[in-house]
Amino acid sequence: MYNGGKILFGILIFLALVTFPFYNDIGKANVRPEPKINTPEIQKLSEKQCVESQAFMKANHMTLLNEWRDSAVRGGNRTYVASDGKKYTISLQNTCLRCHSNKKEFCDTCHSYAGVNPYCWDCHIAPKGAKK
Amino acid sequence: MGALFSFVVVILLILVAYVGVAAAGLQSIFGIVIPYVAVLTFIVGVVYRVIKWGRSPVPFPIATTGGQQKSLPWIKQAKLDNPSSTTGVIGRMVLEVLLFRSLFRNTKSELRDGKLGYGSAKWLWVAAIAFHWSFWIVLLRHIRLFATPVPSFVNVLENLDGFLQIGVPRLFLTGVILLLAVTYLLLRRFYVPQVRYISLASDYFPLFLIMAIASTGILMRYFFRVDIVGVKELTMGLVSFNPVIPAGVGTIFYIHVFLVSTLFIYFPFSKLMHMGGVFLSPTRNLANNSRMVRHANPWNYPVKVHTYDEYEEEFREKMINAGIPIESTVLPEEFEEEFKEKVEDAGTPVREEE
Repeated sequence: MYNGGKILFGILIFLALVTFPFYNDIGKANVRPEPKINTPEIQKLSEKQCVESQAFMKANHMTLLNEWRDSAVRGGNRTYVASDGKKYTISLQNTCLRCHSNKKEFCDTCHSYAGVNPYCWDCHIAPKGAKK
Repeated sequence: MGALFSFVVVILLILVAYVGVAAAGLQSIFGIVIPYVAVLTFIVGVVYRVIKWGRSPVPFPIATTGGQQKSLPWIKQAKLDNPSSTTGVIGRMVLEVLLFRSLFRNTKSELRDGKLGYGSAKWLWVAAIAFHWSFWIVLLRHIRLFATPVPSFVNVLENLDGFLQIGVPRLFLTGVILLLAVTYLLLRRFYVPQVRYISLASDYFPLFLIMAIASTGILMRYFFRVDIVGVKELTMGLVSFNPVIPAGVGTIFYIHVFLVSTLFIYFPFSKLMHMGGVFLSPTRNLANNSRMVRHANPWNYPVKVHTYDEYEEEFREKMINAGIPIESTVLPEEFEEEFKEKVEDAGTPVREEE
């Protein structure tokens, strides 16, 4: 091989970069994060149900939050009519976080796992972990 | 023809993944087996091809000389375009690899009123740089699915990429730029007659494939959302060699992964190897020092030569007998008596005679 040293050095860098995920994660336990919903407020509820179904919330909570933001801040409308006809006050602080007061165990579990950085807390006051 | 063929192949690939997952339920094939095969093919193939290139000799110094070469001290050298030292070559390679400097010098010729004119043509460079850098950032952003905890630089990258805060999930600019740039690069092949003439299926296929990859990725993020936690479970299973197929990850994810696997498998066999090739371009990575350093052709082998001295050594006896003047004054001892007279007759050594 001509210029073997330089070429092999380049190949080594390539291999180190490409195989990074493998040697970085090999042997690590692959645990699916489970957001916790056992806050005192939720325990008090007779029917443990968010504003929409769990499946809907899991897939679309971000869109719903975005709609709520637009509706409340831009449209001035603070009433949300859920698909089952129940009415809720549109408020992150007073509706969402009243039940889900455990940001660390609820929001952050999946968000940190999947590397999602929502910008909710650019404007809102972030709850300090689980409130007793 | 090439374009249509490539387009049909990409559509077929999408259909294969769709049918395989949605109808046949082969999640483990499309989510585990094929990605492993693809990564292995990619790594082995790229290393094999680079080593194969490394074994090819470069017979001549063919550095391209895009500027004043090193000359007299009062003539200013173009140190980056025409480097004479290793440092200069590294500078040129960095500019080439990161900023596509030689493409930046792209020119276009056209006839205007019967006169041939040349002008700078930057659109190809703009699209190429937008395409490559977006693709690179998109690739780096995917590390969030392949490392736990997510490295902080990936979060920084995401925040920069989504800094416009459009919609939720945030719109990543690189995804849009990638799709726009690849569309431009494709349309260029359709609408510029000269480029269209030289375009083959191997040019269209990667473009359609990358377009499909970017589109499925964008669809998956903003439109048909997939369970990202399930996706990460799958990808983490792959990289930790504990593969799992979580339930409830949408088919579009498997289509995306199948297309990416196709790209990885296709990579070492195709023009996409320019990723490794750019580092091995002799016109870019050789210093223009051909007037200072002798570049020996590595093909050179010891040539068998027969010098005149050896010739005379071999045929001296015959030459003397035939009366041919010889240069050597050394006469083998055993011949001294016998040939003394003839040597004198033949008038050797010639130089002494004059």
